[in-house]
Amino acid sequence: MYRYDEFDHDFVRQRVSQYRDQVERRMSGEIDETAFKPLRLMNGVYLQLHAYMLRVAIPYGTLNSRQMRRLARIARDYDKGYGHFTTRQNIQYNWPKLSDTPAILEELAEVEMHAIQTSGNCIRNVSADHFAGAAADEVADPRPYAEILRQWSSNHPEYSFLPRKFKIAVTGAERDRAAIQVHDIGLHLKRNEEGALGFAVWVGGGQGRTPVIAKKIRDFLPEADLLSYTTAIMRVYNLYGRRDNKYKARIKILVNETGEEEFTRQVEAEWQKLKETELKLPQDDLAAIAAYFAPPKLQDRAEGWGLIAAAKKADPGFAAWVHQNVTPHRHPDYGVVTISLKPIGGIPGDADDTQMETVADLAEKFGHDEIRVSHEQNLVLPHVALADLEHVYKALLAVGLATANAGLVSDIIACPGLDYCALANARSIPVAQEISERFASLERQREIGELKIKISGCINACGHHHVGHIGILGVEKKGAELYQITLGGSGDENTSIGQIIGRGFEPEKVTDAVETIVETYLGLRENADETFLEAYRRIGPAPFKEALYGETSKAA
Amino acid sequence: MKKVLTANRLTDGIAVWLGANGQWLENIETALIARHQEAVDALEEAGKSAFNDNLVVDVEVIDVDEVDGDIYPIRLRERIRAAGPTIRTDLGKQAEFKPATAA
Repeated sequence: MYRYDEFDHDFVRQRVSQYRDQVERRMSGEIDETAFKPLRLMNGVYLQLHAYMLRVAIPYGTLNSRQMRRLARIARDYDKGYGHFTTRQNIQYNWPKLSDTPAILEELAEVEMHAIQTSGNCIRNVSADHFAGAAADEVADPRPYAEILRQWSSNHPEYSFLPRKFKIAVTGAERDRAAIQVHDIGLHLKRNEEGALGFAVWVGGGQGRTPVIAKKIRDFLPEADLLSYTTAIMRVYNLYGRRDNKYKARIKILVNETGEEEFTRQVEAEWQKLKETELKLPQDDLAAIAAYFAPPKLQDRAEGWGLIAAAKKADPGFAAWVHQNVTPHRHPDYGVVTISLKPIGGIPGDADDTQMETVADLAEKFGHDEIRVSHEQNLVLPHVALADLEHVYKALLAVGLATANAGLVSDIIACPGLDYCALANARSIPVAQEISERFASLERQREIGELKIKISGCINACGHHHVGHIGILGVEKKGAELYQITLGGSGDENTSIGQIIGRGFEPEKVTDAVETIVETYLGLRENADETFLEAYRRIGPAPFKEALYGETSKAA
Repeated sequence: MKKVLTANRLTDGIAVWLGANGQWLENIETALIARHQEAVDALEEAGKSAFNDNLVVDVEVIDVDEVDGDIYPIRLRERIRAAGPTIRTDLGKQAEFKPATAA
């Protein structure tokens, strides 16, 4: 993975020192809240319902064991012993004192981490496929390009005051695990017919109050042109993006109002001025960054096949976990392990300090020192020998991290919601917990198959409800919580925005409604291989509406 | 009309309420209740003053009721602020002062 050079170290240290001074001046009253708020936000410090919240960047969701141990220590020493992994592959602490935040940032800087650009109208943490560098279906590792974008966009003066926040995602496989079509810019790394690397460029996707699927404005952009083309997009956005209304300020609105064709023309025209400038990436620089992400030297461990077969036979729990949470690695003797942060009835994305340290230990001992955070709020050990899987499983089991539910109905994304968030209108976590408990039986979950439930506590859609196969949006109606259900959303290579199925449900009726939807699907699917999403796309909303509301129902 | 003044303390962000003694308190139970417009105006002034003195941020006057002698915020958001996360009853005010009342 990428390692800071002296410039990076100096830059982050200087930033911490600058922030320490800002906090001291705020505490002494030298600067007021109006002046201070944008400064703390630039360093990831929000104010939520109960306390401040610190959001720490985990670039493209990749970290090593030393960094994970430090995150655990911060949780223990400065917070209440846990952290929350987010849909942007970051981590949030819910209870830091403002007075402690400079010390926390110092602790982070020591392990090459920071909280810069985790808030504000700038380019946020660039996210990537959490299986990058490991997945069997990958064309090339997207992380070197995410790192180039990170370096280019960090503290970039031209992009420090954009009309609105800006999110970029990169994937390196046909199977899109990074939800690129619901990002401001989505980059799909691929090879052309000549075998050269480049990107399909998607622009103007996003969720929030106006969900939009991105438009593909270029099918193949040579890799050397990554920064010049991205700069062209940013310049068109920075120039023409609306600043009069924050709800219309994202690039998706600009693309829609301008029209895809005209927007593309503007970008291409801008790019003509930039493509042969210093923004063109020299092959040496590309190779230098790619070298940081050189795959670990994986020795053949063919004994794993026999070991794993015997262990699966002896322990059905292990067999179920391998079946559900271990994905094929490009090396046949290895697997990609998804560590579910969705225990039955638990809080999606939360991990305590002991759990984080266990994951760090396992990564160091069995995982070539690599850990990933997925946008689905799970952790990943990308390179584990099949021969070591049983050790990993047992260690995870001991700390409550061996739930065998990756991709199943209880693997729910949920934002913090009204339990923590100052923007939320309704709670998300208790809804996730109740659904998870209702579908606790692993046998039943596996019978249902792949089903992604995503829950947001407000229209900002941090819980990605628009792209949930079943999406749940919490709203406040007449002072009470109400939950609107959408069906048929998907955040992959065939992205779709879920459709509202009808009037909302009171909190105590949401789980029943989800169960009705699931039972309707089970009754209508053509066979056990037809997933919920495939069945919904084939049969449409009508049977689900009827099951939920009766024949005479109307959408609210 | 029943209202109390709430904010978050500048130094640590902890939710606080203005008490009858003019102090910012961590427990809503001892908050000063304004029962008429003049008292509400006084709360608002006290909030502005505390904000300007850099004691608190996000100052707000909120609606409350009284139930069996306890102060009960009308909005769920404020009940959660007063008690703590409903999904972690071991954290927040509910863990420090009294059983959860948020939801």
